[in-house]
Amino acid sequence: MARIDLDKIRHAYGADPKSEADFALRLVNQAFDDGGAYALLGPSGCGKTSLLNIISGLVTPTHGRVRFNGDDVTGLPTEKRNIAQVFQFPVIYDSMTVRENLAFPLRNRGVRSAEANRRVSEVLDMIGLSGIADRKARGLTADVKQKVSLGRGLVRSDVNAILFDEPLTVIDPLMKWQLRAQLRELHKRFGYTMIYVTHDQTEALTFANQVVVMYEGEIVQIGTPEELFERPSHTFVGYFIGSPGMNVIPTTLDGASMRLGDYSAPLSTVPRLRGKPKLEMGVRPEYVRIGAEGIPAAITRVEDAGRFRIVRAAVQGHAITAIVSEGDEIPADPHIAFDPKGLHLYADSWRVDLGAGDAS
Amino acid sequence: MKQGRFTWIVPAIYILFLLTPIYWLISMSFKTNTEITGGFTLFPEAFTLDNYAKVFGDPKWRGVFFNSIFYVLMNTVISIAVALPAAYAFSRYKFFGDKHLFFWLLTNRMAPAAVFALPFFQLYYKVGLFDTHIAVALAHCLFNVPLAVWILEGFMSGVPREIDETAYVDGHSFPSFFTRIFMPLIASGIGVAAFFCFMFSWVEYLIADTLTRSAATPITSKMRAVFEQQGGTDWGVLAAAGTLTIIPGAIVIWFVRNYIAKGFALGRV
Amino acid sequence: MKPVNQKAWFLVLPVLVLVAISAVIPLMMVVNFSVQEKASNGQFFWMGTKWYETVLHDEKFWGALFRSLSFSAIILAIQIPLGIFIALNMPRKGWGVPATLVLMALPLLIPWYVVGMIWQMFGRVDIGLMGVMLKDLGYNYVGDPVDAWGTLILMDVWHWTSLVALLAYAGLVSIPDAYYQAARIDGASKWAVFRYIQLPKLGRVLTIAVLLRFMDSLMIFAEPFRVTGGDPAFLSIELEQKSEELGWASAMSIIFFLIILAISWVFYAVMTREDSDSAKPEAAP
Repeated sequence: MARIDLDKIRHAYGADPKSEADFALRLVNQAFDDGGAYALLGPSGCGKTSLLNIISGLVTPTHGRVRFNGDDVTGLPTEKRNIAQVFQFPVIYDSMTVRENLAFPLRNRGVRSAEANRRVSEVLDMIGLSGIADRKARGLTADVKQKVSLGRGLVRSDVNAILFDEPLTVIDPLMKWQLRAQLRELHKRFGYTMIYVTHDQTEALTFANQVVVMYEGEIVQIGTPEELFERPSHTFVGYFIGSPGMNVIPTTLDGASMRLGDYSAPLSTVPRLRGKPKLEMGVRPEYVRIGAEGIPAAITRVEDAGRFRIVRAAVQGHAITAIVSEGDEIPADPHIAFDPKGLHLYADSWRVDLGAGDAS
Repeated sequence: MKQGRFTWIVPAIYILFLLTPIYWLISMSFKTNTEITGGFTLFPEAFTLDNYAKVFGDPKWRGVFFNSIFYVLMNTVISIAVALPAAYAFSRYKFFGDKHLFFWLLTNRMAPAAVFALPFFQLYYKVGLFDTHIAVALAHCLFNVPLAVWILEGFMSGVPREIDETAYVDGHSFPSFFTRIFMPLIASGIGVAAFFCFMFSWVEYLIADTLTRSAATPITSKMRAVFEQQGGTDWGVLAAAGTLTIIPGAIVIWFVRNYIAKGFALGRV
Repeated sequence: MKPVNQKAWFLVLPVLVLVAISAVIPLMMVVNFSVQEKASNGQFFWMGTKWYETVLHDEKFWGALFRSLSFSAIILAIQIPLGIFIALNMPRKGWGVPATLVLMALPLLIPWYVVGMIWQMFGRVDIGLMGVMLKDLGYNYVGDPVDAWGTLILMDVWHWTSLVALLAYAGLVSIPDAYYQAARIDGASKWAVFRYIQLPKLGRVLTIAVLLRFMDSLMIFAEPFRVTGGDPAFLSIELEQKSEELGWASAMSIIFFLIILAISWVFYAVMTREDSDSAKPEAAP
């Protein structure tokens, strides 16, 4: 397995990019550790598949370099990079059996039959397909086919990384859950470097150690699922992660406080800002308190989500979502206050780091 | 799929092969008969438009061109018109004998023209439709209607039946739903079917020739007559007429070229 | 799931009527003639299966059948591989795509009689480009049966290979890029890509192409008739030439038709079996 370094990658698909908007990837500087399980998470068009293809070599970036264990592979074609890729829908050779499918990459590289058979049997065990090794690949279900695709990537002993491009798209929900667990198992047992592209936050958060959130061609945050939830670096991360997403409300600064109308939330220090950025306050619904104290609010809707309730309210003309647990009461004359632990300041959508603890 | 830098040579050579006899036809159309039969010239030395003048100027030639186009258009309209409801039935409903009926329809596409030429002749003669445009148009339905039904059924099955149901809920009657909502949705399918009907009827020879004598004869019948006439074959005129028969096909294909290219890309022709 | 609705028959009625007129009635007429003979007084009397026996014992029929089958076999052996080969090399993107499609489709839209005429003008040793150029090699399709066959085969290849190529092209283009990408990752050679990815996907399309070409080539009439005037005589030509002998021609028609029917039944069986095999049915012409 390898450590993968992306060095100042920029990529545009068109021939003549004129503005930032023409670039699918604006600027990516990122290292993927050997043996790490990463998820590239983001909405359609954010550049995650482009990034994956640049790592695998199916796409050559217009700027920047890709390194595996320090070696520059930017000019190397895919077949020489020793990566395995699992695509959105199962790509298998219909006319061959499962065993032959797995042996295919080895035979193409001239591996001797004894060695090839050994590897194939090993991988068949690993992914639990030994039982159907000699079945024709054509009639299998989608999830088994994806496993065969995965197996073809695992047979090569010199694989640098395994890349997944939304691999569970065609799998039905029950199998999705099982496959995810099995992938996680595989990673724990064998320590492969795995990079997993998805637009589904649940998949990303359950699969990866480190989630790389992408938006409009840039990496906006990398971190553990917890970091992404508690300290979103970008309003997009706040909005995308968590359900419902973070509340983002325009705010003004008053010295060391954020103001929302009469309400004032003190900050630990006076934030240093350049120029006149757009200022917003970010607070997750989990940290919004409805009670007797705070800003007067008007409740527009209460949705029952089982264990908790989602309260949609309006405060001084801004919509706010709060989460209230089952037992708690909602007062007749509701006021909204924010738990300082969950309060963040955003300047031009990027989080302002105020040192240890953001709000006092 | 990566294609090498020189793969284009293969289709290029093939197209060259395709165009060479056509070039020869066209070049003959610009030569006088003396030049054609006199000596061999690669390129028309005495370039002339006489042959085309003869074709355009002769009401009989104009007549047969009109005949061909007329019965082809007639056939296309009739084929599509009857195929539409039938395709709808096959696409949306199960009914007694539907699979067998569909199969039987398709087999008619495979009917050898030679087998049907004589009975058609007698049949249409008996009902007094011999030597009319409608006769050829109807006769060609034997092949075109199954084709149209097949193509249209394929496209119709791609439209979710929820659309039909919504239309009925909205108060449409069947004819209103079909003409105003459904047909626009399968417009490209109608186009494809019409294209194939047009094409097949345009190129067919035996039946069109058998069913006509003078009033509704296609271009190719006149060409045969000119070929068989006494006193030497008028090659120049034949070449000019022949060239003119290629033009409608070329025009149609030119107009639908992007459609076809897109259709290929989507995985359905 | 499709609902059952017997009233759908009304929608199918126009087609039924039209095709019944075009197919059933003429066919019945042919069957009628095939079991009768016209006496000198103009009356018809029953002959039973005599005509069929006559035809089946007639070497002209077998000759025509043999010639047609040979012709079909030869052109299939040429057109299918050639068509695939061309399709593999046709452009996938850019301005080349519509240009190639238009130019390749051209022969398919020329009236069949004119196709014959074009090749007659092209192959004649007095006025034809090809004829004149090959004259010194002893080529002359008028006298020499081998040359006649060669010319007809070349003409059919010219006429119909595009159909095979276009069908194969449609099949190839429908293969998602991911398959090629995975093959690259697997280190597959070009031959392996062809054998394991392209050829299997082409399977269904090729079946259609083979059966269409097989049947159409068995029925060919106008083109060879124009070029060589009826010699070599294929099935349709033989039939036309004997059309005066009503009984004989009708019996042969039925036999001919049954042969075609048998092949199209195979066609249908193979197509529907492949439909139930594959998980994703694709629409094909």
